[in-house]
Amino acid sequence: MAVVAGVAVSRSQTHSPAQQPATGAPQSPATQVVTSPQGGVAGSVASPFGAQAQPNGLNIVVLDPAHGGTDPGARGTGGIRESEIVLDFAIQVRRALELQGFQVVQTRQGNENPSFDDRSATANAQRGAVFVTLHISSTGMQGTARVYVNSDLPPVAGSSGLIPWDRAQAPLLGLSKTFGDLVQGFLAQRFKGSPDAAQTASVRQLRTTAEPAIAVEISSVTVEDRAELDRMAPGVADAIARGAAAFKPSYIVPTTPGGLP
Amino acid sequence: MTPPWKFLLAGGLIFAVLAAAIYFPILRRRVKRAAKLQQQSEEQARRELTQPIAMNPGDPRVKAKLFWASDTIDSTLVPVTVELPLSNDPVLRSKQVLNTLLAGPVDAELRTLPPDALLLAFYLLPDGTAIADFSEALATSIPSGIVSEQLAVNSIARTLEANVPRVQRLKILIHGQEVETLAGHLDLTGTFVVNTKPVQAPTPASGALTPDKAPGKLAQP
Repeated sequence: MAVVAGVAVSRSQTHSPAQQPATGAPQSPATQVVTSPQGGVAGSVASPFGAQAQPNGLNIVVLDPAHGGTDPGARGTGGIRESEIVLDFAIQVRRALELQGFQVVQTRQGNENPSFDDRSATANAQRGAVFVTLHISSTGMQGTARVYVNSDLPPVAGSSGLIPWDRAQAPLLGLSKTFGDLVQGFLAQRFKGSPDAAQTASVRQLRTTAEPAIAVEISSVTVEDRAELDRMAPGVADAIARGAAAFKPSYIVPTTPGGLP
Repeated sequence: MTPPWKFLLAGGLIFAVLAAAIYFPILRRRVKRAAKLQQQSEEQARRELTQPIAMNPGDPRVKAKLFWASDTIDSTLVPVTVELPLSNDPVLRSKQVLNTLLAGPVDAELRTLPPDALLLAFYLLPDGTAIADFSEALATSIPSGIVSEQLAVNSIARTLEANVPRVQRLKILIHGQEVETLAGHLDLTGTFVVNTKPVQAPTPASGALTPDKAPGKLAQP
């Protein structure tokens, strides 16, 4: 069990249907707190890259350039590597978010590959934050962008006030969908052929993230010239920044560090 | 005056270099060919060990629905009706439809699963949880990405839903092991919802889908 701010968080346990309560009354927001697997207190800890939690409102966007290190992610025939492109995209997204007044925390700055849980721990240590993981696909119509939110997860229930690490995203799916739809709407305006609304998928990175969380996937590494992807970066950055700004008023940040809205 | 042995030595060295320059590329080609043959024979051995379940012509021919990629709408699945002799036993039936799914559609571009992936084993627990164990190629040969990985899992889940009503949930293993993701994105630690209807006795293939409870969604982390 891993714990965040008095929250016990199970990391490795796979729950069978029999182990999961079918339903459960929602807990009081004030009592729900999520902890990182390292036991850090959510919301009161400086991020590895220096951003501090702010007392009020949505202030922070955690950007996750996927893959890295020995994991290049999707690879195109022209030597295009997803891990490198998303890092370059992150620079532009960061700039656009900072122009909107957000602080940005990145799960990686260079060519390293933190684990899924380490990335979630970076995100879950922030208070008043949303999480965006950036991906480039191997397939799909080139020049389009899709936003994903996590598929339904078993409800968080129990009287302990603890959120299982394995399902940290469960109570936030509604907010993630709202945030995802906003970003997808802006992406659809920029990139024809993109869906109008966020899709659902069982994205591993999102499941353990205790913040409104989305995955943005750009199509694709199969482009002949990398410049085609680079040209998409400003539009993607703008859509994410505008989506975060539009989402800001609808996200009530919990009063308890690491608590739920 | 240079001693004659030095000329002989220099000549010998030049000859050796020339011979090496000619022979090494040939040797490299031979090594590559041998490695390829070995790889093919390993693949052949694997295929022989995991022979697809043979269709029994005595089984009733039913219209099975198999889900492959759409050729008109990007990144979506469409059902393709294929008439197959399918067993009434849910495990055999599952193996038959999944092996047909793995074999792929006529248009190889519409595949959702890698051509070298194999179904190694399939189990069905009494509570309706199916465990499908695929070869490593499913994870290593699939194009990496949320879209492609989700299409792969959804094609498996929806094909089972349409043809084997006893299957309620699906757990995917790779080479007998639970893995965290399929190819870096899609979560394989839990089970996927296949069919939300109550477990019933095996019936001929049913194409009814439940769009509100989309197959392929992760049911349990």
